Amino acid sequence: MSRPPVSLMTPARLAGWAWQALALVGLGLVLVMAARTGAANLRASGLASGFDFLNRAAGFDIAESAIPYSPRASNARVFAVGMVNTLRVTALAGLFATALGVGFGVALRARAPWMRGLARAYVELTRNMPLPILLLVLYSLLAMAPPPREAIELGGLGFVSNRGLYLPRIEWRWGSGTALAGAGLALAALVGIWRAAPTRRVAMALSISWLGFCGLGLVLSVSGLNLPRPQGFGFVGGSVLSPPLLALVAALSLYSGGYIAEVVRGGLAAVDAGQVEAAQALGLSPIQALRWVTLPQALRVAAPPLASQYLNLAKNASLAIVVGYPDLVALFGGTVLNQTGQAVETLSMILGFYLVLSLSLSGLINLWAARQARWAVR
Amino acid sequence: MSACAFPSLPTRARRSWTAWAVGLAVALAALVLVAPALRWLFWDATWVGQSRAACGPAGACWAMITARAPQILLGFYPAGHGWRVGLAVAMLAVGLAPLAWRRRAGLTMLTAPVGALACLALMGGAGILPSVPSAYWGGLALNLIVGAVSAIFALPIGILLSLARRSTLPVIRILASAYVEAVRAAPLIVVLFAAAVLVPLLIPPQWSLDKLTRAIVAITFFEAAYMAEAVRGGLMAVPQGQREAARALGLKGWQVLVFVVLPQALRTATPALVNSFIGLLKDTSLIYVIGVLDITGVLRNAVSDYAWQGLEPEAYIFVGLTFWLLCFGLSRWSAALERRAARAQGAPS
Repeated sequence: MSRPPVSLMTPARLAGWAWQALALVGLGLVLVMAARTGAANLRASGLASGFDFLNRAAGFDIAESAIPYSPRASNARVFAVGMVNTLRVTALAGLFATALGVGFGVALRARAPWMRGLARAYVELTRNMPLPILLLVLYSLLAMAPPPREAIELGGLGFVSNRGLYLPRIEWRWGSGTALAGAGLALAALVGIWRAAPTRRVAMALSISWLGFCGLGLVLSVSGLNLPRPQGFGFVGGSVLSPPLLALVAALSLYSGGYIAEVVRGGLAAVDAGQVEAAQALGLSPIQALRWVTLPQALRVAAPPLASQYLNLAKNASLAIVVGYPDLVALFGGTVLNQTGQAVETLSMILGFYLVLSLSLSGLINLWAARQARWAVR
Repeated sequence: MSACAFPSLPTRARRSWTAWAVGLAVALAALVLVAPALRWLFWDATWVGQSRAACGPAGACWAMITARAPQILLGFYPAGHGWRVGLAVAMLAVGLAPLAWRRRAGLTMLTAPVGALACLALMGGAGILPSVPSAYWGGLALNLIVGAVSAIFALPIGILLSLARRSTLPVIRILASAYVEAVRAAPLIVVLFAAAVLVPLLIPPQWSLDKLTRAIVAITFFEAAYMAEAVRGGLMAVPQGQREAARALGLKGWQVLVFVVLPQALRTATPALVNSFIGLLKDTSLIYVIGVLDITGVLRNAVSDYAWQGLEPEAYIFVGLTFWLLCFGLSRWSAALERRAARAQGAPS
């Protein structure tokens, strides 16, 4: 095989190689210098390095944790508590933000001008307000709620006080883990029925009987309702959403809701007007047209920016520190860092968590976009 | 475009009653909430006074804001030197002025950094005026200065990063992409923490920067990644033919970039860039976390004073409204720019 000799040595190519080598050498020098200075500074201040601190006992208590925790647990456990708390806030706020965003996003394109105006007012109000300040406003307003003795009663089921929102807790006969697994299985079976059933009628009949069966299971597995009761200076029973958690979830939902509304509006605007007219010509009601024609197409356009909004939400959950909710950054970048002084290790672990979150979400979106593109070609 | 653009369609006659009922309920609920809120905010509010005791129980207590107005604006900048802060903010405005001058907007890339440096020199004293350490800077002026200075230096870094991401040299491309993606994955508060505790650890002690400078540098490099994404969108929108035509006219590589590609890319990227400027301004509300006395920091101090205890809602609502006015103004201005650009594009040649 004979090819004409390709010269690797043109001036432009040489310059290219030189630039790249320069960039690598420069970066390497900066890193080596930083590492040397860091090591010297660490020696001077007598701080440890490495990840041994993860196995040591944390020695401090955490106000709220979704997984079992005690001050004797290790710093690695603190990391897990922080991750779970961050993800819990993100999931809760994501749910409410989606509801707000889709609702107001559709309202932004409503026919009634006052409805558009209302939605516009919401979007402009939330999008132009810094999130930390919104969070502080909501938190300070919650602190003005009455003390537990004068708490506002919510129809005998719950209470609002400056200690938080007290709600009834369902007692599961076989534990809440079993209940969650059961719900997941029931949902999976429902999806399976709709996939496998030959016709819509059969699917409908099967899923109604399946849901009836699940309802029976639900009734059997609930052993009781634990209502919060006032006692002394507080409440006993039920479950409590603390003021920091409430303020955080409310602020994140309101804030992200405004951005999601704009994304949904943009997606709806991208749907060809002919589609809406065709749906109307077929006799679909406006709600039906929205449900079956407009929204599915709009979501296809809106999915990538939507994903980045959810990612922003997860990152913004780090503002928890402003109101003292123990999220990953507050626990690990705050308390553990202060106690151990191991800034490099703690901060890089936090960065790693967010990097994994971000990369996996964008990976999912890319997969989804590739699938969409394949369908579009067909 | 929108559904309401077709008023002549026959379907307009049969409006959905459910939609109207839901809308009416929402509007009524909003009214029930908004009316007492406005009453509390304005009607029943107390505007001047020396302590909380001067305020009525029914309304908001703005007396704290009026009593502390100088601090809220300028922080603890020495008395008698307030003019320097005013002049410093004016320097920033002068540096950004060419933006309004459509044909010479590119000049801003040169004037704005000069304005930013002049602003910082005025604030600090630069050896000529009496020196004022950054610990005394504060108030709303500090938010504006941090926001503008970071934006001015973040934009050129962002442009360089976006060009590097589109480079044909793999090492440059990968390094720039890795930087942008890593920074965009991180929350700002983690970056501020890193600037506060990590940077002093990793640089030689004799280079030590003060708290505020570290924060400004951190915000600059944080926002540069977002600006790089905005500019990248603009760069991708420049048709390949423009480059080829410029090369065919005999322009050198850097001339193609500076005179042909970048002006078009930046024009396309303007809405996204203004959005990231607004985001940056909003982000400056977070610097109080590292102990800087910006507008939020000053008011947090004020409410811990015995005379004004328990006025957190008023303090934060005031900060929120201030930021809201600034950001809303910026976003309206950006929308007007966009409309003007669209008119210029759509105008018959």
